[in-house]
Amino acid sequence: MRIGVLAIQGDVREHRRHLERLGVAALEVRRPAELSGLAGLIMPGGESSTIGMLMTESGLLDALHAKMAEGFPVYGTCAGMILLANHVQGARGASPTWLGGLDVTVARNAYGRQVQSFEADISVSALAPEPVHVVFIRAPRILSAGSAVRVLGELDGEPVLVEQGTILASSFHPELTDDLRIHRYFAAKALRFQEEVAAQPAR
Amino acid sequence: MAQQRNQREQGTAGVKTGLAEMLKGGVIMDVTTPEQAVIAEQAGAVAVMALERVPADIRAAGGVARMAHPAIVKAINAAVEIPVMAKARIGHFVEAQVLEALEVDYVDESEVLTPADEQYHIDKWNFNVPFVCGARNLGEALRRIAEGAAMIRTKGEPGTGNVVEAVRHLRTVLGEIRRVTAAPAEELGTLAKEFGAPLELVRRVREMGRLPVVHFVAGGIATPADAALMMQLGADGIFVGSGIFKSQNPAAMARAIVRATLHYNDPAVIAEVSESVGQAMAGLEMSTLAQSDRMQERGW
Repeated sequence: MRIGVLAIQGDVREHRRHLERLGVAALEVRRPAELSGLAGLIMPGGESSTIGMLMTESGLLDALHAKMAEGFPVYGTCAGMILLANHVQGARGASPTWLGGLDVTVARNAYGRQVQSFEADISVSALAPEPVHVVFIRAPRILSAGSAVRVLGELDGEPVLVEQGTILASSFHPELTDDLRIHRYFAAKALRFQEEVAAQPAR
Repeated sequence: MAQQRNQREQGTAGVKTGLAEMLKGGVIMDVTTPEQAVIAEQAGAVAVMALERVPADIRAAGGVARMAHPAIVKAINAAVEIPVMAKARIGHFVEAQVLEALEVDYVDESEVLTPADEQYHIDKWNFNVPFVCGARNLGEALRRIAEGAAMIRTKGEPGTGNVVEAVRHLRTVLGEIRRVTAAPAEELGTLAKEFGAPLELVRRVREMGRLPVVHFVAGGIATPADAALMMQLGADGIFVGSGIFKSQNPAAMARAIVRATLHYNDPAVIAEVSESVGQAMAGLEMSTLAQSDRMQERGW
């Protein structure tokens, strides 16, 4: 199975390393054509405004949007979650929506500036009982989530890991610590998608 | 049902180096006003560096160059969503404390400003805010990391628009890393002594095959092709100081350098983006710089 890592900007290397440690082939994606043959895509941390702008310019945003409509699995961490959110708030009002598809409203940098960035243990019901140790860096905060969104992980009662169909998103960075469970969880989604595609009659 | 509040650890090494990881592949731009910061953000900068004057103007004005005025830092913090960095003088830990209190996202202990201490750098472990520091070679980089730097930028020669020193310093660091990775274990102690670097960090370099923290380049990058050159040579990302706001059309130059940094392996894209940028900043030949005017010599 091959999973792509969006390689416009950000911590691409760390996501690749996690996938490779799971035995998954990790491919860097910069152009629309590089999406073909993938079972899923991870969008790393970085600056959402930079990544979104460059994805738009290269046509990657439209190409990925079309694939997601067919159920293509995507996992967004931090900036990646901002790209997936249906509504984005900045400090000075609404920020642009990029891909959309995840029915949440997120606020950029709403856990504070870098001096307030932190590490924490979060409990994830699907991965219980051991908590997952993760890093929040100028993290986006999920302010509200629609009824189709399932909350998988919380910090102080607020959602920080959510899924909707084949979309997975987290405020935090599981790729900066050694725990592979969240990547394994996403890889399972990608494998199901790949098997469903293979089972479809050829058109 | 009472929810127990999760323990949050701030200012950890993971948190400090983590932000630098998020900047990789990006361009960090010097800005002196909130308006310039917005231009940089809209062009796709991953962070801005707030300062009073860009290096070319510091060079021209002479005198003592200090931390930016707090009012400028605050105004820039309020103007953009992307991270804001700011420079403190080498060894001036109170300027760094002030910048931390202003909640900048990264402090650059920088040779572009006039050093406050000619013997000692800041003890960067004492801070929650992460630091980036300049280096010209592997030993200098590892000494800064030993003092707590969470990110390194090779120095180049700031404010010159001449990429030659940036190339020299990046090639020097990468060449020395190759020496470390090729060396058998028993030679590492002697290499550490030669580089003036802690043995533990030399071992880390050997294990990782690169610097233990994110490695950007700075000092003289003035065109999209300059940025792509540094990326092809192996930089994790680019600092552009005077190169943007001393050029003829800063917004176009900023956008072009961002695109060239992403598509650094695609000469057709670099050609295309270079067409739209107008005149780059005027450059300085190194031999015209007096030894005392070379900012890269500051720091030890």
